[in-house]
Amino acid sequence: MSENRKSPMNRQKRRTGRRHPLATVALLALGLVFTGGAYAAFSTGTAQAESSANSQQTIDEGKKLFQANCATCHGLAAQGTTDGPSLVGVGAAAVDFQVGTGRMPMQMQGPQAQKKPVQFTDEQVKQLAYYVASLGPGPDIPADHLTNGGGDAANGAELFRINCAMCHNVAGAGGALTEGKFAPALTDVTGVHIYEAMVTGPQNMPVFNDMNISPEDKRDIITYLKYVQDNRSPGGFELGSIGPVAEGLFIWIFGLGSLVAITVWITAKSN
Amino acid sequence: MSTATTNAPQKRSFTAAASVYVNERTSVAGFVKELGRKAFPDHWSFLLGEVALFAFVVVLISGTFLTFFFQASMAEVHYNGSYVPLKGVEMSVAMASTLDISFDIRGGLFVRQMHHWAALLFVAAIGLHMLRIFFTGAFRKPRELNWVIGFVLFILAMAEGFTGYSLPDDLLSGNGLAIINGMIKGFPLVGTWMSFLLFGGEFPGTDIVGRLYTLHILLLPALVVAFVALHLVFVVVHKHTQYAGPGKTPGNAVGPPILPVYAAKAGGFFFIVFGVLALIASLFTINPIWNYGPYDPSPVSAGTQPDWYIGFADGALRLIPPGWEFVWLDRTWSFNILVPIIAIGVFIVLALMYPFIEAWVKGDKREHHIADRPRNAPTRTAIGAAGVTFYAGLWAAASSDLLATHFSLTMEGVIHALQAVVILGPFVAYFITKRVCIALQKKDREIVLHGFESGRIVKLPGGEFIEVHEPLDEYERWRLVSFETYEPLMLRPNSRGKITFGQRLRAGMSRWFFEDRIAPVTKGELEAGHGEHH
Repeated sequence: MSENRKSPMNRQKRRTGRRHPLATVALLALGLVFTGGAYAAFSTGTAQAESSANSQQTIDEGKKLFQANCATCHGLAAQGTTDGPSLVGVGAAAVDFQVGTGRMPMQMQGPQAQKKPVQFTDEQVKQLAYYVASLGPGPDIPADHLTNGGGDAANGAELFRINCAMCHNVAGAGGALTEGKFAPALTDVTGVHIYEAMVTGPQNMPVFNDMNISPEDKRDIITYLKYVQDNRSPGGFELGSIGPVAEGLFIWIFGLGSLVAITVWITAKSN
Repeated sequence: MSTATTNAPQKRSFTAAASVYVNERTSVAGFVKELGRKAFPDHWSFLLGEVALFAFVVVLISGTFLTFFFQASMAEVHYNGSYVPLKGVEMSVAMASTLDISFDIRGGLFVRQMHHWAALLFVAAIGLHMLRIFFTGAFRKPRELNWVIGFVLFILAMAEGFTGYSLPDDLLSGNGLAIINGMIKGFPLVGTWMSFLLFGGEFPGTDIVGRLYTLHILLLPALVVAFVALHLVFVVVHKHTQYAGPGKTPGNAVGPPILPVYAAKAGGFFFIVFGVLALIASLFTINPIWNYGPYDPSPVSAGTQPDWYIGFADGALRLIPPGWEFVWLDRTWSFNILVPIIAIGVFIVLALMYPFIEAWVKGDKREHHIADRPRNAPTRTAIGAAGVTFYAGLWAAASSDLLATHFSLTMEGVIHALQAVVILGPFVAYFITKRVCIALQKKDREIVLHGFESGRIVKLPGGEFIEVHEPLDEYERWRLVSFETYEPLMLRPNSRGKITFGQRLRAGMSRWFFEDRIAPVTKGELEAGHGEHH
């Protein structure tokens, strides 16, 4: 309670500048009840308001970047060509994922776009994202409270095993798909990008919309993945977390290999 | 320290007194004398069976610890242990108790990992030991039955492993059982009945963990211990094989006696095996069931494989092209399952019966105590290489998805390549190995007859350069010339003047085995060869 009270008081001070509410003890207690969610909603609301405030400028900058870097494949108005799909309606989340992980601009045509070093600054990525978002409605970049890993890891782990593990492996180590495509490892993916991947379905991934998996459940999945990223295996080195194949190779090469070396040593002639 | 000297005519040390005390009551001295003086030839490859034995001892010790805490029940509970990402998740008691062993029992995770690593090592060491026996011909008379016993042990070890990794009731073990369930149901007519019998109803049911537990800790270990004992008794009865060398005859065994040297070495070696396993168990995760979570029939993780020794069976299933099942007579005929089961069954029976097949082809009823060098039995070595290629192809196929991701290949490409390896690879391996063996034999012959190249170049007075060949010393030469060679059997009519089909088959097989052969250098050739040089 006392811990909780501290931060809202600070917020209260900041708010008083704009709203001048009467700061009674009762109102403070009431404010506390609504704190977490309400404040988060309020702050994202301002963030969006802010970006839309200078949106025309952002969008114009994004358009320039788009025409210089993306139009070759996606067309000058992002309408799509034979080399790349239309981006009308994919939303800011899709652009933030594809460009923010370095998958776009694509290095070469192949079974799927590979991760590589990110080609733009964070600001440029956002400008591109809002330009594409301005072309048609689509999923937005998710709010921070959904992607910071503050949910229920156990629920997330169960959802991950049921919905994600068949391609990404139970420990998020990645797995094979057909025709040279693959589900990448999730061991170093940020929460925002995981969320965006779920809502936009990049490459061969299906879309998990909010009817399939609610935003809170998505948050739980991210929480589980963050837990796996932050906590090393309690049993020691993971050997890639890819299961019995790595274990079998290890025991043949290093286990049996070292013991064979010892048998040679034991039976070596003493001269 | 001489406390037992009152009745003794002279002073005895404590050890001597204790020995006398024990011997007077058990008459064990004769046995110790007989066994202790058994010679055990020294060669690293003769210790591979011991690696397997010692790994099994580690499995027994660590497994006993695990039985104190594991509960083989499939009753549902909500997990309430220390591992956060599973808190409150519904799971079986088996899974929850395995998690407790891993996270809440002191030393539990270490012992669990040691048990699992030791089990993998046990089967791996058996495999390598079998290859040594096969390629040196150590399965020949009188040891054919011991080969069969060893092979049964190999299969029992696989069964132990499978029942063991199915016990925690995690997602991976449940997936393994689902495949077994599918394979059983693939049998025409009886499959569904057998599946319901095994699982006590519809898969997965609530009985299977308890049943596997009984097999895993009672029936199978008892069988393994019994067969290991029998295996070792036969080793003592037959005495150990040895490689050819001066003074080594089929009638003796040259090496340090079991007591004291060999026993000390073997005893020390046990602790080394134990130590290596302890090191591995403390440093490397194995089977992280906390990642897999409780079994639920709907999810299957990417990278789901059995432990390595079941991999060949999983690989066989993966290599079957699509569309091999069809409906006929109102039944589904799953040849996608039956063909791999039959192929693996034939492979296992052929390997099990190989000593008898080879003896029949040779028509050889003599005892053999000198181990062959693999090159001196080219056809057998080539057959072995073909078998290894077949097995390795199936084995690799079990990791087809990981081969694809880790080497940036397409899964289809990996599967097609491995289909070729499994079907064509054995023939390629056979021909290459046979040619290599014969070439090595030719090289041996050359060296025995003309000596080895010394690297010393001499200029003759006429200006000609020659390299001086040094003759081998007698010990080395012995090793190269003392092997047996067989000639193809002649096809002769039997006492009734007939040539039966069996005889034709045998003659054909014999020709296949021994048509291409290099005879060992004879004494006459050797003397003639020396004559040239001196």
